[in-house]
Amino acid sequence: MIELSFQKKLWSSSGDMLLKVDLAIRKGKLITLFGESGAGKTSLLRIFAGLLPPDEGRILVNGTAWLDTSMKINFPPQKRKVGFLFQDYALFPNMTVKENLLFALNDKQDKKTVQELIEIIELGELQNRKPGSISGGQKQRVALARALVQKPAILLLDEPLAALDHAMRVKLQHYILQVHREYKLTTLLVSHDIAEILKMSDYMLILDEGKIIKEGIPGEIFTHKEVSGKFQFTGEIIGMQKQDFIYIVSILIGNELVKVVADETEASKLHIGDKVLVASKAFNPIIRKII
Amino acid sequence: MVHPIQSGFANLPDSLTDAAYVLGKSKTTTLFKVLLPNIKPSLLTGIVLAFAHTIGEFGVVLMIGGNIPGKTKVASIAIYDEVESLNYGMANTYSLILFSITFIILLVVYLINGGYLKRFWE
Repeated sequence: MIELSFQKKLWSSSGDMLLKVDLAIRKGKLITLFGESGAGKTSLLRIFAGLLPPDEGRILVNGTAWLDTSMKINFPPQKRKVGFLFQDYALFPNMTVKENLLFALNDKQDKKTVQELIEIIELGELQNRKPGSISGGQKQRVALARALVQKPAILLLDEPLAALDHAMRVKLQHYILQVHREYKLTTLLVSHDIAEILKMSDYMLILDEGKIIKEGIPGEIFTHKEVSGKFQFTGEIIGMQKQDFIYIVSILIGNELVKVVADETEASKLHIGDKVLVASKAFNPIIRKII
Repeated sequence: MVHPIQSGFANLPDSLTDAAYVLGKSKTTTLFKVLLPNIKPSLLTGIVLAFAHTIGEFGVVLMIGGNIPGKTKVASIAIYDEVESLNYGMANTYSLILFSITFIILLVVYLINGGYLKRFWE
C-alpha cells in the first residue's frame, strides 16, 4: 500500500497553483494520471521520486515513511526504490546501451540482472551502440530496462510514449505491461492517450489544476453506457464479457471505447484483437454534450 | 575556461542528473561518470581557449611579469620588442610562428569537436 498526501505550491504559466494530492494506491496496480498540461502530473511523480520537495505532507510506502515533513524525514531520490522513465529518455550519451544498464547496477547486484533484462526487452543487437545512434522507441526501451535494473517495486512513467509514433507506442505498451506483470510492479503512468489508458491501466485519476477531480476505472470514465449510436465505424475488439445470455463487446474506435451487445452466435466468431465494423441502422444518432 | 564549461553544463538536460539520482548514484559519481564525460567538447574548448589566450598574452606580462630574455619573454612581447627596434624581418617571423601555432591548435579543437577525427579512431 502506498499513501501519498502532500501539497506544494507551483508556479505555472497561469499563475500560482496548489498541487494537493491525497491518494492511496494498492500494490501491483497500474494507475494512470490523466490531465491537461500543467495540471501537476509531472510534479506529482517528481515529488514521489524525491526529485522535488513538497511544501508539506507525507509519503508512506508499505509502512515506511519516505517523506514526512512533520517528522523532518525526507529520503533523497537515491534511497527511494523507484524506477523513473523520462519523456526525453535521459540515457547517458557517453555510455553504450549495455554500459547504461551496468551503470544502473548497485554495488551488491550481479551482472546477470542486466543480461536478463537485455533478453526480456530484446536489446541484444543494440547493446553495444551508443544512445545517439538508435531510434526513439529503442531509446525508450533501453530506458525502461535501465529503470528496472535495480528491481524497484514502483515504476513511475512520465509520458514515456508521447514522442513516439503509433506502431512504436503499441510495442512499448506491450513491453511495459509485460514487465509490470512479470516484476509485480506498482506503476504510475502519465498519459494523454485515451486508447493507451484504456488498454493499460487498472485505475485512472484525472488531475486538473493540481487537484484530483475524478477517479475510477478507465472504461467507465470514458464511455457513457446509456448512449447507443447509428454511425458506421471500424474498430478493434479489446474485450468481451459474458453477461447472462448476451455478450458485451468492448470495441476501440479511434480513441474511444464503445460497448456493443452481441448474442452467442455472433460472439463465437469474434475474438479479442479482431478488426470489426460497428454500424447501426434502426435508430437515429443521439448527440449529447459531454461537458 | 569557465564560460565554455558553464555553458556545457547548462546545455545538458536536467533529466540526466535526475536519472542518475533515481538510480541511486551519489552527487560525486553523477558528476564524474555522467556529467563531465558528456561535456567533453566543452572541457576541451575551455582548456584550449585558456591556452590560446595565454600564448597571446601581452599587457599583463609586459607590465608585471617582467621581460627577461630566455626566461619570461613571451612571443607577443618578442614581436613588440623587434618592432620597437625596427627589426621588422624578425617581427614577421615571430608573428608567423605565433599565428601558425594558435591556428593549428584551434583547427585541431574544431576538428575534434566536430567529430571529423572520430572516423580514424573507431
